[in-house]
Amino acid sequence: MNEPIDIDRLPAALARDLDGAFPHLVRALQDAVFSGALRMTGSRADAEDVTQEAFLRAYRALGDYPAARIRNLRLRGWIWTIAANLCRNRARTLARRRETLVSEPTVAVDPEAGPEQRALDLIGLEDLAARVARLPWAQRSSVVLRHVVGLGYGEIAEALGRPLGTVKNDVHRGLDRLRTLVTQEAP
Amino acid sequence: MNITEHLAGLRAEAPAHLLPRIMAATGLADRYVVRDSVLGRVFVAFNDRGVSAVDLAPSPQEFEERFTERHGRPAVPAEEVPAPIEAHLDRAIAEGKPGKLTLDLAGVTPFQEAVLRKTAEIPAGEIRPYGWIATEIGRPGATRAVGTALARNPVPLVVPCHRVVRSDGRLGDYSLGDRSNKGRLLEAEGLDTGRLARDAARGVRFVGSDTTHIFCHPTCRDARRITTRHRVEFRSTAAAAEAGYRPCRRCRPAAAA
Repeated sequence: MNEPIDIDRLPAALARDLDGAFPHLVRALQDAVFSGALRMTGSRADAEDVTQEAFLRAYRALGDYPAARIRNLRLRGWIWTIAANLCRNRARTLARRRETLVSEPTVAVDPEAGPEQRALDLIGLEDLAARVARLPWAQRSSVVLRHVVGLGYGEIAEALGRPLGTVKNDVHRGLDRLRTLVTQEAP
Repeated sequence: MNITEHLAGLRAEAPAHLLPRIMAATGLADRYVVRDSVLGRVFVAFNDRGVSAVDLAPSPQEFEERFTERHGRPAVPAEEVPAPIEAHLDRAIAEGKPGKLTLDLAGVTPFQEAVLRKTAEIPAGEIRPYGWIATEIGRPGATRAVGTALARNPVPLVVPCHRVVRSDGRLGDYSLGDRSNKGRLLEAEGLDTGRLARDAARGVRFVGSDTTHIFCHPTCRDARRITTRHRVEFRSTAAAAEAGYRPCRRCRPAAAA
């Protein structure tokens, strides 16, 4: 597990030698999975559990797949076909809770900025995260996979098992809702 | 900054302990802890099957490298020890026997396993020759192979290979660190290794009692109770038999093959 294997070469490496290449898969994707799980569940402990469980299930699934199927996997999206469901099961009643602002703003406020910009600049990362965690699940999962994890719409549709148009719509509406939440509750 | 840029700022790094945990959960890595022993701090690796390695190393990195080289998989630091191992590990190290501690001997041959299981029966403070192990497991003559099997003992201290010595009384090789460690461990168990070496040099292989007419390995618990006045020394089992002595049923002295 010395030299990292590039993510594009991982499917072939996994198909050839699952046990040898699997640690590289974890290294390549663990930050993305953890970040997404953290923002979907709103809890570090849940995010750790989800990340561990997702990779464990991924390892077992890969062990059952024929080599040809592994070679054709788009890993960044595929891991979320497993992880998103785990997050959903743990994303309990966060939407109902109303957090008070706890974190410090991370950027300087531009005096020329409009109200949305100003509100966003005033809000700290953790408070933004708390608002993300209050989005309805469909919007939250889509927004997080698109803008925190950085997946394409096609990958998100596959991961969440929802039509492409629905996913795009969920991201759009989720962002709108976030802007509203942030602006309304700005200090 | 717009909202999508702020959202990108919500990325986080996975905690460092996640990778080791995942590797251990998939069975692609063993876990390990550090424990105290007579020889200082030892690394103890384990997996779902039991304890897989006991080793001395100057640093965790060196232990990890040696483990991977030998077992073909990584070992990662354990955050916690499973209850069945935790309950018995310290005692197994302190007493030099597995007791209720389960061992992972999946990587050894059936012959090696038989050698290790027999070795585990030798009580603390006693020693037996390599040839005795060979005879006891039904492979008389495999003395050299016993030595090789013990040199590769994956779990020294817990399987007390330090209690198996050459038939001429010299301690022989030892797998855990410096070979002088073998003497250190035996001394810590109360053996007078200097005296054993002097007796062995005089050709003493067995001792008997002239009241019971039973002969033993010199370190057998029963042999150590024989008073000087009644102690008889033998160079071989044949010499003892000729003198009308029968072998001790506890330590079962056997003819050297």
